[in-house]
Amino acid sequence: MDAFIVITLIKLALIAFVLLTAVAYLQWVERKVIAHIQVRPGPYRVGPHGLLQPLADVIKLITKEDMMPSYVNKPLYLFAPFIAVAMALLSIAVIPFGPTIEVAGYQTWMQLTDLNIGVLFILAASSMGVYGIALAGWASNNKYALLGGLRSSAQMISYELPLALAVASPLLVSNTLSLRKLVGSQEGGILHWNVIGGGQIVAFLVFVIAAFAETNRVPFDLPEAENELVAGFHTEYSSMKFAAFFMAEYLNMVTVSCMAALLFLGGWDAPWAPEHGSRFVPSIIFVIAGLTALYHGANPPHKLDRYTFTAFGLIFLVLAAIFVAPIVQSWLLPLFWFVAKAGIILFAFIWIRGTLPRFRYDQLMGFAWKFLFPVAMLNLLVTSFLIAWFA
Amino acid sequence: MDIFLFLLFAIIAVVAAINVVVQTHPISSAVSLIGVMGSLAVLYLLLGAEFLAAAQVIVYAGAIMVLFVFVIMLLNAGAEAKRGRSLMVQLLGVPLLVALLGLLAYFVQRLFPQGVTVHFGGFTGGTAEAVGRALFTSYVLPFEVTSLLILIAIIGAIVLARKELD
Amino acid sequence: MTEVPISWYLTLSAILFALGVAGFLFRRSIITVFMSIELMLNAVNLSFITFSYQFKQVNGHLFAFFVMVVAAAEAAVGLAIILNIFKNRATLNIDEIDSMKN
Repeated sequence: MDAFIVITLIKLALIAFVLLTAVAYLQWVERKVIAHIQVRPGPYRVGPHGLLQPLADVIKLITKEDMMPSYVNKPLYLFAPFIAVAMALLSIAVIPFGPTIEVAGYQTWMQLTDLNIGVLFILAASSMGVYGIALAGWASNNKYALLGGLRSSAQMISYELPLALAVASPLLVSNTLSLRKLVGSQEGGILHWNVIGGGQIVAFLVFVIAAFAETNRVPFDLPEAENELVAGFHTEYSSMKFAAFFMAEYLNMVTVSCMAALLFLGGWDAPWAPEHGSRFVPSIIFVIAGLTALYHGANPPHKLDRYTFTAFGLIFLVLAAIFVAPIVQSWLLPLFWFVAKAGIILFAFIWIRGTLPRFRYDQLMGFAWKFLFPVAMLNLLVTSFLIAWFA
Repeated sequence: MDIFLFLLFAIIAVVAAINVVVQTHPISSAVSLIGVMGSLAVLYLLLGAEFLAAAQVIVYAGAIMVLFVFVIMLLNAGAEAKRGRSLMVQLLGVPLLVALLGLLAYFVQRLFPQGVTVHFGGFTGGTAEAVGRALFTSYVLPFEVTSLLILIAIIGAIVLARKELD
Repeated sequence: MTEVPISWYLTLSAILFALGVAGFLFRRSIITVFMSIELMLNAVNLSFITFSYQFKQVNGHLFAFFVMVVAAAEAAVGLAIILNIFKNRATLNIDEIDSMKN
């Protein structure tokens, strides 16, 4: 019992630390990727290639003056960012990152807790997240904020339906609501994953599109459309309260990416069996990355890059060596595959932000109700019919 | 632990419910009602109704109350106008309510002897699987009738909310 | 482990129901009246689930489930009616919506 509590506390601290760091750096990655899409360097001043930019941003946001306009509804104004970030943090508690591991004689899962209703828990947490934005828009007592809040609640209710329907079909295939068992049912390589083996490619696409809308990302970022609404629901927020909304958005992105990986892409399951070479994939990737960095270190575009690129090249080579070590492979490899899958979807989020323009409001609603919803419904019907037919 | 969790969330539920009634602004009432629903979801979990707890948060707190908040925001409903209920109503209403409550509590305590107790894990038949099995076997007719009801509600809402075409 | 008497749950349900009745009777804003109805439905659901625990049967859960579904349908239609009333009469006070009285 005591060991359980200690292990849980350690896991809690570890996941909170890793998650918050990842969220801070996700923002750096986003700025860099979009900068390169638009052919400009992006953050460059703080640290080598702007690597310390997240730290600088955090210091800036903490030390900034915390303005509160005099005409706001105080309790709700203070409550809204809190609820947004709390609901975003909540869902990470049930997300599994890998299989069971053994540390100092104790077996534990790479997950905080596994619920029988894990999927429903995440849906519930995400549906409560709407309040953060809606109440922020209302409590700000500002026309732009109110319009942003109204848009976001309408948008999130509408897109929750196709999202839930798209989640339902892989659940039918796997026949469980527990995220851990969900991954267990997809084991055995890429052909057993729900997206291919379960024939859920349509559900996957609907899920990803609806997830973009649920997290208020481009092309569905109507609640904060800056050319019509100033900044939407967070117009009146500054300092850490603004940062809370920002964090909530990125946490939600991480959550839906993990969900997509778990529901459709087999979680931490390797695309093909480790015996046939998939255990060398991470090492190969890191070796290639390391050699590229070393090459650029030898031919530096700037003077400082001679040291930074070389250092990163060496770090990547060390990582490649670690991944070959047989002792850690049993838990590092699943973790790598899980992070890789979630990371690809996160990259798609950023990529699409750099590519697509914003929807018009009526197009947004029409798309949800006239296209996405019928498609998700039809997919669910066909899936359940086929399962009943072949069962 | 059981009794602590029960008391904590029961008190939150009661305080939030009182807040629903006494707040003059609809949006404060709505937020309080969400608090009631959330704490009731925890109590459902304590009673072993895990599926219902999730449904409570998703359907009640996450969908119905969002609609309420949405309508309040859309109408920009202000605080309720203070209007003089007759003094008798105020003087009589509250004591009558307390009397009714006391009577109800008394009968509940009388009819349900203290021997029956609730502890977490005492009933595990509330899983999604059990609810689904019962829903599609012994309750399939009510289920189908409910789906018809929802269809009627959808049509009714569209008819009520549509723009006049003339 | 101290256990909770089942009657406490039912008393809590009674308290919430009574508060719902109070809100329904005392409040004048049509939206708050509607929310009081939802509060009463929630109180009833708690009773159903408590009984389900007492008899170790799943039936109470299904009743609560149906109550939820009906409440969702009711909220959709009810809020559409409220929108219409506000559009036609520009008020949310139930005392002023009395055109069927005379």
